Amino acid sequence: MDNTRRRVLKGASAAGAVFAVYATGALRPSDALAVTWNKSAFDAKSTIDALKALNMASATDSKDIVIRAPDIAENGAVVPIDITSNIPGTQSISIFVEKNPFPYVGTFDTTKGAEPYVHVRLKVGTSSPIRVVVAANGKFYQAVKDVKVTIGGCGG
Amino acid sequence: MGDPMKIRARMKGDVAEVRVLMGHPMETGLRKGGDGKMIPAHFIKEIRAELNGKVVFEAAISQAISRNPLFAFKVKGAKAGDKISITWVDNKGDKRTDSVTVSG
Repeated sequence: MDNTRRRVLKGASAAGAVFAVYATGALRPSDALAVTWNKSAFDAKSTIDALKALNMASATDSKDIVIRAPDIAENGAVVPIDITSNIPGTQSISIFVEKNPFPYVGTFDTTKGAEPYVHVRLKVGTSSPIRVVVAANGKFYQAVKDVKVTIGGCGG
Repeated sequence: MGDPMKIRARMKGDVAEVRVLMGHPMETGLRKGGDGKMIPAHFIKEIRAELNGKVVFEAAISQAISRNPLFAFKVKGAKAGDKISITWVDNKGDKRTDSVTVSG
Protein backbone atom coordinates (compact mmCIF):
# COMPACT_ATOMS: atom_id res chain seq x y z
CA MET A 1 0.00 0.00 0.00
CA ASP A 2 2.84 2.34 0.85
CA ASN A 3 4.61 1.65 -2.45
CA THR A 4 1.48 2.35 -4.50
CA ARG A 5 0.80 5.55 -2.58
CA ARG A 6 4.35 6.70 -3.00
CA ARG A 7 4.28 5.94 -6.74
CA VAL A 8 0.99 7.75 -7.28
CA LEU A 9 2.13 10.80 -5.30
CA LYS A 10 5.48 10.88 -7.12
CA GLY A 11 3.73 10.69 -10.49
CA ALA A 12 1.20 13.37 -9.55
CA SER A 13 3.79 15.81 -8.26
CA ALA A 14 6.07 15.22 -11.25
CA ALA A 15 3.19 15.93 -13.63
CA GLY A 16 2.26 18.96 -11.54
CA ALA A 17 5.83 20.22 -11.61
CA VAL A 18 6.04 19.82 -15.39
CA PHE A 19 2.73 21.60 -15.81
CA ALA A 20 3.83 24.45 -13.52
CA VAL A 21 7.05 24.94 -15.44
CA TYR A 22 5.18 24.80 -18.77
CA ALA A 23 2.68 27.36 -17.54
CA THR A 24 5.43 29.84 -16.73
CA GLY A 25 6.79 29.47 -20.23
CA ALA A 26 10.20 28.30 -19.02
CA LEU A 27 9.75 24.84 -20.52
CA ARG A 28 8.99 25.00 -24.20
CA PRO A 29 8.02 21.72 -25.83
CA SER A 30 7.83 21.77 -29.59
CA ASP A 31 4.18 22.72 -29.66
CA ALA A 32 4.40 25.59 -27.12
CA LEU A 33 3.08 28.94 -28.29
CA ALA A 34 5.07 32.07 -29.00
CA VAL A 35 2.31 33.99 -27.26
CA THR A 36 2.07 33.18 -23.53
CA TRP A 37 -1.22 32.34 -21.84
CA ASN A 38 -0.85 35.00 -19.16
CA LYS A 39 -2.87 33.80 -16.18
CA SER A 40 -2.45 37.04 -14.18
CA ALA A 41 -3.85 39.02 -17.09
CA PHE A 42 -6.76 36.62 -17.64
CA ASP A 43 -7.58 36.69 -13.90
CA ALA A 44 -7.46 40.50 -13.68
CA LYS A 45 -10.79 42.11 -12.80
CA SER A 46 -10.01 45.47 -14.35
CA THR A 47 -8.58 46.49 -17.70
CA ILE A 48 -5.76 48.44 -16.06
CA ASP A 49 -4.70 45.41 -13.99
CA ALA A 50 -4.78 43.22 -17.10
CA LEU A 51 -2.70 45.77 -19.03
CA LYS A 52 -0.16 45.91 -16.20
CA ALA A 53 0.09 42.11 -16.14
CA LEU A 54 0.79 42.20 -19.88
CA ASN A 55 3.22 45.15 -19.62
CA MET A 56 0.92 47.07 -21.96
CA ALA A 57 -0.06 49.92 -19.61
CA SER A 58 2.00 52.42 -21.65
CA ALA A 59 -0.29 52.11 -24.70
CA THR A 60 -1.03 55.41 -26.46
CA ASP A 61 -4.10 56.19 -28.55
CA SER A 62 -3.81 55.44 -32.24
CA LYS A 63 -6.07 56.20 -35.18
CA ASP A 64 -4.40 53.43 -37.17
CA ILE A 65 -6.29 50.65 -35.41
CA VAL A 66 -9.58 50.00 -37.19
CA ILE A 67 -12.25 48.30 -35.07
CA ARG A 68 -15.51 47.24 -36.66
CA ALA A 69 -18.15 46.05 -34.22
CA PRO A 70 -21.87 46.69 -33.93
CA ASP A 71 -22.90 49.90 -32.18
CA ILE A 72 -25.74 47.89 -30.67
CA ALA A 73 -25.44 44.11 -30.23
CA GLU A 74 -28.71 42.30 -29.70
CA ASN A 75 -27.04 39.20 -28.37
CA GLY A 76 -24.18 39.86 -25.98
CA ALA A 77 -23.16 36.20 -26.15
CA VAL A 78 -21.98 36.60 -29.74
CA VAL A 79 -20.59 40.01 -30.63
CA PRO A 80 -18.53 40.02 -33.83
CA ILE A 81 -15.49 42.24 -33.88
CA ASP A 82 -13.21 42.88 -36.81
CA ILE A 83 -9.80 44.44 -36.16
CA THR A 84 -7.18 45.71 -38.58
CA SER A 85 -3.95 47.36 -37.47
CA ASN A 86 -2.37 49.70 -39.98
CA ILE A 87 0.56 50.37 -37.66
CA PRO A 88 3.81 49.27 -39.32
CA GLY A 89 5.59 46.47 -37.49
CA THR A 90 2.45 45.14 -35.80
CA GLN A 91 3.33 42.12 -33.69
CA SER A 92 0.09 41.33 -31.84
CA ILE A 93 -3.48 42.38 -31.23
CA SER A 94 -5.02 42.13 -27.74
CA ILE A 95 -8.65 42.64 -26.79
CA PHE A 96 -10.29 43.83 -23.55
CA VAL A 97 -14.03 44.03 -22.87
CA GLU A 98 -13.81 46.63 -20.15
CA LYS A 99 -17.06 45.92 -18.29
CA ASN A 100 -16.74 42.11 -18.34
CA PRO A 101 -15.93 40.46 -14.98
CA PHE A 102 -12.55 39.55 -16.49
CA PRO A 103 -11.82 42.14 -19.20
CA TYR A 104 -8.85 40.49 -20.95
CA VAL A 105 -10.11 38.25 -23.76
CA GLY A 106 -6.89 37.31 -25.50
CA THR A 107 -3.91 38.10 -27.68
CA PHE A 108 -3.43 37.26 -31.35
CA ASP A 109 0.18 36.97 -32.47
CA THR A 110 0.81 38.03 -36.05
CA THR A 111 4.60 37.96 -36.17
CA LYS A 112 4.97 34.78 -38.19
CA GLY A 113 3.21 35.51 -41.48
CA ALA A 114 -0.34 36.45 -40.57
CA GLU A 115 -1.59 39.88 -41.54
CA PRO A 116 -2.27 42.34 -38.68
CA TYR A 117 -5.94 41.44 -38.78
CA VAL A 118 -8.34 39.30 -36.80
CA HIS A 119 -12.06 38.68 -36.67
CA VAL A 120 -13.48 37.09 -33.51
CA ARG A 121 -16.78 36.73 -31.68
CA LEU A 122 -16.86 37.87 -28.06
CA LYS A 123 -19.12 37.57 -25.05
CA VAL A 124 -19.99 41.05 -23.84
CA GLY A 125 -21.78 40.93 -20.49
CA THR A 126 -23.14 44.46 -20.50
CA SER A 127 -22.75 47.57 -22.64
CA SER A 128 -19.04 48.22 -22.63
CA PRO A 129 -16.09 49.85 -24.27
CA ILE A 130 -14.01 47.31 -26.14
CA ARG A 131 -10.33 48.21 -26.05
CA VAL A 132 -7.85 46.90 -28.59
CA VAL A 133 -4.14 47.12 -27.84
CA VAL A 134 -1.63 46.58 -30.60
CA ALA A 135 2.02 45.77 -29.96
CA ALA A 136 4.20 47.13 -32.77
CA ASN A 137 7.99 47.43 -32.76
CA GLY A 138 8.02 46.89 -29.02
CA LYS A 139 5.60 49.76 -28.29
CA PHE A 140 1.89 49.65 -27.52
CA TYR A 141 -1.02 51.46 -29.12
CA GLN A 142 -4.72 51.38 -28.39
CA ALA A 143 -8.16 52.21 -29.71
CA VAL A 144 -11.61 51.81 -28.18
CA LYS A 145 -15.06 51.02 -29.60
CA ASP A 146 -18.20 51.26 -27.48
CA VAL A 147 -20.68 48.43 -27.89
CA LYS A 148 -24.18 48.61 -26.43
CA VAL A 149 -25.73 45.28 -25.54
CA THR A 150 -29.46 44.71 -25.24
CA ILE A 151 -29.19 41.17 -23.81
CA GLY A 152 -26.04 40.52 -21.78
CA GLY A 153 -23.67 37.79 -22.88
CA CYS A 154 -22.32 36.03 -19.85
CA GLY A 155 -25.19 33.54 -19.83
CA GLY A 156 -25.97 33.90 -16.16
CA MET B 1 -12.78 15.82 -29.20
CA GLY B 2 -15.74 17.65 -30.65
CA ASP B 3 -16.89 18.15 -34.18
CA PRO B 4 -14.46 18.77 -37.03
CA MET B 5 -13.66 22.43 -37.52
CA LYS B 6 -15.15 24.03 -40.57
CA ILE B 7 -12.28 25.79 -42.28
CA ARG B 8 -12.38 27.85 -45.44
CA ALA B 9 -9.18 29.23 -46.94
CA ARG B 10 -9.39 31.27 -50.11
CA MET B 11 -6.81 33.31 -51.99
CA LYS B 12 -7.46 37.01 -52.38
CA GLY B 13 -4.51 38.48 -54.24
CA ASP B 14 -1.42 37.04 -52.54
CA VAL B 15 -3.11 36.59 -49.18
CA ALA B 16 -5.08 33.55 -48.03
CA GLU B 17 -8.21 34.59 -46.16
CA VAL B 18 -8.95 31.90 -43.60
CA ARG B 19 -12.19 31.49 -41.71
CA VAL B 20 -12.64 28.75 -39.11
CA LEU B 21 -15.63 27.66 -37.06
CA MET B 22 -14.69 25.51 -34.06
CA GLY B 23 -17.10 23.35 -32.08
CA HIS B 24 -16.54 24.01 -28.38
CA PRO B 25 -18.82 24.97 -25.47
CA MET B 26 -16.45 27.75 -24.24
CA GLU B 27 -18.03 27.35 -20.81
CA THR B 28 -17.10 30.26 -18.56
CA GLY B 29 -17.39 28.49 -15.23
CA LEU B 30 -19.77 31.26 -14.13
CA ARG B 31 -23.01 29.55 -15.11
CA LYS B 32 -25.30 27.33 -13.06
CA GLY B 33 -26.69 24.16 -14.60
CA GLY B 34 -30.23 22.87 -14.23
CA ASP B 35 -29.18 21.10 -11.02
CA GLY B 36 -28.15 24.39 -9.41
CA LYS B 37 -24.45 23.50 -9.51
CA MET B 38 -21.87 25.67 -11.28
CA ILE B 39 -20.86 24.26 -14.65
CA PRO B 40 -17.05 23.97 -14.64
CA ALA B 41 -15.03 26.17 -16.98
CA HIS B 42 -14.27 24.37 -20.24
CA PHE B 43 -12.81 26.50 -22.99
CA ILE B 44 -10.20 26.71 -25.72
CA LYS B 45 -7.06 28.46 -24.48
CA GLU B 46 -4.64 28.25 -27.38
CA ILE B 47 -4.95 28.30 -31.11
CA ARG B 48 -2.30 27.79 -33.73
CA ALA B 49 -2.50 27.91 -37.51
CA GLU B 50 0.14 26.44 -39.81
CA LEU B 51 0.80 26.97 -43.50
CA ASN B 52 2.44 23.88 -45.00
CA GLY B 53 3.59 22.83 -41.53
CA LYS B 54 5.00 26.21 -40.49
CA VAL B 55 3.25 28.23 -37.78
CA VAL B 56 1.83 31.51 -39.13
CA PHE B 57 -0.72 32.58 -36.52
CA GLU B 58 -1.15 31.94 -32.80
CA ALA B 59 -3.54 33.06 -30.12
CA ALA B 60 -3.99 32.81 -26.35
CA ILE B 61 -7.65 33.30 -25.49
CA SER B 62 -10.15 33.08 -22.63
CA GLN B 63 -13.65 31.80 -22.03
CA ALA B 64 -14.93 35.24 -23.06
CA ILE B 65 -14.71 34.12 -26.67
CA SER B 66 -18.19 33.01 -27.81
CA ARG B 67 -19.35 29.43 -27.82
CA ASN B 68 -18.40 27.65 -31.07
CA PRO B 69 -15.64 30.14 -31.77
CA LEU B 70 -15.50 31.69 -35.18
CA PHE B 71 -12.22 33.27 -36.20
CA ALA B 72 -10.90 34.82 -39.37
CA PHE B 73 -7.32 35.76 -40.12
CA LYS B 74 -5.18 36.33 -43.21
CA VAL B 75 -1.95 34.65 -44.20
CA LYS B 76 0.67 36.29 -46.42
CA GLY B 77 2.71 34.25 -48.86
CA ALA B 78 0.16 31.50 -49.32
CA LYS B 79 -0.96 30.12 -52.67
CA ALA B 80 -3.72 27.86 -53.94
CA GLY B 81 -2.98 24.24 -53.11
CA ASP B 82 -1.15 25.06 -49.87
CA LYS B 83 -2.26 23.32 -46.68
CA ILE B 84 -3.66 25.25 -43.73
CA SER B 85 -3.85 23.33 -40.43
CA ILE B 86 -5.52 24.73 -37.36
CA THR B 87 -5.03 23.35 -33.85
CA TRP B 88 -6.81 24.24 -30.65
CA VAL B 89 -5.96 23.21 -27.07
CA ASP B 90 -8.44 23.63 -24.23
CA ASN B 91 -8.13 24.03 -20.46
CA LYS B 92 -8.60 20.28 -19.97
CA GLY B 93 -5.66 19.55 -22.25
CA ASP B 94 -7.88 18.27 -25.07
CA LYS B 95 -6.71 19.26 -28.50
CA ARG B 96 -7.88 19.03 -32.06
CA THR B 97 -6.29 19.68 -35.44
CA ASP B 98 -8.10 20.03 -38.75
CA SER B 99 -6.68 20.92 -42.15
CA VAL B 100 -7.85 22.28 -45.46
CA THR B 101 -6.33 23.08 -48.84
CA VAL B 102 -6.22 26.71 -49.87
CA SER B 103 -8.50 27.30 -52.81
CA GLY B 104 -7.78 29.78 -55.56
